[in-house]
Parts: sequence; structure tokens; C-alpha cells
Amino acid sequence: MAAVTADQTTQAKAQGTVQATAGGPDGADGAQLAAFDAAVAAEERIEPRDWMPDAYRASLVRQMAQHAHSEIIGMQPEANWISRAPSLRRKAILMAKVQDEAGHGLYLYSAAETLGTSREELLDKLHAGRQRYSSIFNYPTLTWADVGAIGWLVDGAAITNQVPLCRCSYGPYARAMVRICKEESFHQRQGYELLLTLGRGTPAQREMAQDAVNRWWWPSLMMFGPPDDASAHSAQSMTWKIKRHSNDELRQRFVDICVPQAEALGLTLPDPDLRWNEERGHHDFGSIDWTEFQEVLKGNGPCNEQRLTQRRRAHEEGAWVRDAAAAYAVKHHAEKHTTQTPTAEATA
Amino acid sequence: MTAALALGDDALVLSHRLGEWAGHAPVLEEEVALANIALDLLGQARVLLSLAGDEDELAFLREERAFRNVQLVEQSNGDFAHTIARQLYFSVYQRGLYEQLAAGEGEFAGLAAKAVKEVAYHQDHTEHWTLRLGDGTAESHQRMQRGVDTLWRFTGELFQPVEGVDIDWQSLQNSWLATVTGVLEQATLTVPAGPQSGAWTAGAGRQGIHTEPFGRMLAEMQHLHRSHPGASW
Repeated sequence: MAAVTADQTTQAKAQGTVQATAGGPDGADGAQLAAFDAAVAAEERIEPRDWMPDAYRASLVRQMAQHAHSEIIGMQPEANWISRAPSLRRKAILMAKVQDEAGHGLYLYSAAETLGTSREELLDKLHAGRQRYSSIFNYPTLTWADVGAIGWLVDGAAITNQVPLCRCSYGPYARAMVRICKEESFHQRQGYELLLTLGRGTPAQREMAQDAVNRWWWPSLMMFGPPDDASAHSAQSMTWKIKRHSNDELRQRFVDICVPQAEALGLTLPDPDLRWNEERGHHDFGSIDWTEFQEVLKGNGPCNEQRLTQRRRAHEEGAWVRDAAAAYAVKHHAEKHTTQTPTAEATA
Repeated sequence: MTAALALGDDALVLSHRLGEWAGHAPVLEEEVALANIALDLLGQARVLLSLAGDEDELAFLREERAFRNVQLVEQSNGDFAHTIARQLYFSVYQRGLYEQLAAGEGEFAGLAAKAVKEVAYHQDHTEHWTLRLGDGTAESHQRMQRGVDTLWRFTGELFQPVEGVDIDWQSLQNSWLATVTGVLEQATLTVPAGPQSGAWTAGAGRQGIHTEPFGRMLAEMQHLHRSHPGASW
């Protein structure tokens, strides 16, 4: 946004989008806010050193942290099957995927850090239950086919949500999403191919695939968040061009994509109300159980407790390792600068 | 083909153990690093097992007594220091082994030439952690020393010649000992005093005699594949 010109600021003023007086909300003067609004309106990227409203910053931290946490917690349901993957090829694919997710978590924490927070702070909030992660990861992976259903449906829903984020107004987030979406598309195809193999396999494998889709379909639709009339952050996020489409719009897009894919897989979607609506040019579908969604968000889903406990335990049990790395770094940083050599006393 | 099985099983089993860390590592960077090493090893295992037959039949349908890996790689993960100690011993061994194979003209030369690059990275990663843990805090020093001590008796088996692997085993052992000693000393750790081989040390993995944790590991690894005979995945 450094390239915001006086012209744009003037335009913003002319359009009446500038705060009338200096010292408006966030202690900003009107010119700063005007420049910000103009940059967003002009589809320019906001960068870390640019001025931004406090609420924009807070909203981005909330969303990016939740996104990063989802990558990290999302490793668990899939890692649950690494040790039992039924072929070496599938095992390699699954390991690579879980590794990618840790990498996505790292990108997203780094991107969030450009807003003045830190990974440690965000992880502490996750562990304390003060920041959320995607509701989907509170469902258990009960069979091997769940790994495929997660790839096809969960990653598919994530991509539908995330592709528009590649054009998000905040530069570091948008750039992280470009890299992440490429890898997610790859995972999604692999999940689809896994289900396709099961669908063409033995009767027991087909049954396993159908059962997994039955269990993951509705939770995947919930990934798009509450319906538009109940979405707290949507309107503001759309004004700021953090979000580009409403929850319901993206959900509809996802359903329309999935229906023909399910047919190609030879699987059904567990919704008796699902049918093509010629007039709308979209599929109608049944109503989502929002009570279940709210319960899962509140921490009462099938695996909320388990997921958070494992995350906290990994962090706590790793404390001595992080302490060791820090102590070593301090010692050897000092050495470099004072020409000390390692001594036995260092560890005595 | 015993040689391909021996080398392939080492890589397969250690890869499985490292895969068990997913979601449990002390820092996110280690989630990435451990999975990365596990994937490299799995890739090596797939090439080696394919030389000996069908990779999935060999991995999922052999029983414990038919596996040819050294006992070191089947040891449970334990704490992070225990995992790093296992990784130090194995990666230094594997690098020396593959360097010799890559320099030769045997059937493993091509594979070894590619794998040695991966293994050099594994060794670098594990050496750095050995230094950080050994020369970190009092607690990490003590844990690292315990890991190094506990696994020492499994190291002699690494140098029992494998039929069909045409290298100088004595020089492999000498260079291994020199490297490991150097790293441990730099990490302010003590090279274990116990025997590497002989009574009450490991020595029978290559003959299919394993330790108790291994059967349980295979039960988990093979369960799904065995539950659907003949299915493809």
C-alpha cells in the first residue's frame, strides 16, 4: 500500500469515506484511514508496515491464528492412520500430507507474526482454549476411508474457502494462501483417488468408503461457517476484502462441485433433500444441524477434549527440548563473541 | 535376496517409528523434519523391497521372524533424546554404508548414490540435536546421555557383515566409532563404556530374532492390510 497516492486519498475524501476529524477510531488521523480505505478499494495489498485500523489487525490475527491452529490440530485425525496405512505408497502420501500441514501451520504463524503477535502467544491461546480451530477436526477418523473423505471433502471445502483468500487485502496472508492452495489441491486429488480406489475395490472397501462419506459430509458443509444471517464477522470482513464471498455462497459452490464428483465415485451423499434446481441453476440441499455445529464450537464435539489434550501434551513434553535448544544457542552465541571454548562446567 | 531385505527392512522399520512422532513433536519444525526423514527412509525401503519382491507383500504379510532389520531401528521412540540417539547411531552408520556402496559397482550403487544425499541431511539434523541436547540444559544433558547409553548395546549389530553387501565392514565400524565419538564429545557427553557386541547385546535382528516392541509395531502396521486379503489400496 506504500504506493497509495495523494490522488487516491483525495478521491477517498471526495467520496466522504474519510473520518471528518483527526483522532478518529484507533487514534488514527483521517488521512491514514482514508489512505487505507482507498488502498483496499483499489485492490492494493496492505503490507505489514502500512497503517491499518486496529480492528482490521485484530480481525486478521483472529482469522489467521484460527487458520494456523487448524493446520496443526488437523494433523491429528490423519496422523492417526499413518501407522496403519494399508500400502507403502499410501503411507508415503499420508506422511507427506501431514508434513505439508505442519509446513502450512508454519507459514501461517509467520504471516500472523507480521501483525505484531508471536507464534508462542498464539499457541498459548490455542492451548488455553482462547482461540479456535476448524470445527471439522473434532470428528474422529474411524476407518482408512476417512483419510480419503478428509482429502476429498475437507480439503475440498478448505480450497473452496481459501482460493478467494489468495486475493485477500492483506499481502502476507494472500501470499501464504497461494502456496498453501497449490498443495491443498494436490491433497484433495489424492483423497479423491483414494476413495475412487476403494469404490472400485471389494464390497467391504466400497462400504467403508460410503460410510466415511456419510459421516464427513455434513461436518464438511459446516466448515463454511454459520449461515449469512448469523455470521458475526462476515460483513466487516467483506468490506475489508479479507473475505470475498459469503459463507452460504461458498457452501453452495462446494455442494455444486461435489455432487458430480460423488456420482463419478459411485457414492451417494447422505442428504435426501439434495436435488438439482433448474430455476436456480444450483443444487438444493437439506438443512444443516446448527445445534451440532454450535456444540462442537463450544467444545462438546466428539474429539475436542482429545485434540486439545494431545496438542497441550506435545507442547508440555517438548518444553525441555525447546529449553535445551535455547540454552545451547545462548551458550554458543556467547562463545562466538568472547572466544570462549566449550567447557565441562557448562553442563555441570 | 537377503541383502535387499536387510537394508530395506532397516529403512522401513525406522521410517515407521519416526512416523509415530507425527503430531507429537516438541516444535513444529521437528514435525516437518522428522516426517521428512521418515519419508526419505520409506522411499529407500520401497526401492529396496521392490528389488526383493512385492513391496506390500513384504511389508505387510511377513511375520516378525521373517524381518531382517537390525534391532536398533525397532526400538520404541522413548523421549526426544532417545529418538535422537537412535537416529545418531543409525544415520552415521547408514551414511558410511551408502558411501561405500555408492563408490562400488554392486547392485546397490545407484540407489546408494541417491540415498547418501538424503542420509547426509539426516546425519546433519541428528548431530545438531545431539549437540543442543547434550550441551543444552542439565536435564537435556542427562536425557541425552541416557538415550545414548541405553541404545549402545544395539550398535554392534550394525557391523555384522550382511551377505551380498560388498563393503569393508571393519572400516565402516572404525569410521562410525570415530564420528560418533567426535559428536558425543563435542556435545559434552560420555561415550558409553559397555560392550557393543557379545553377550546381552543385540545381534540377531538380521536372523529374524527381534525385541518385544517389534511384534506390537507390526501388529499395528499390518492390521488393515491383513484384514482385507487380496484388496488393492
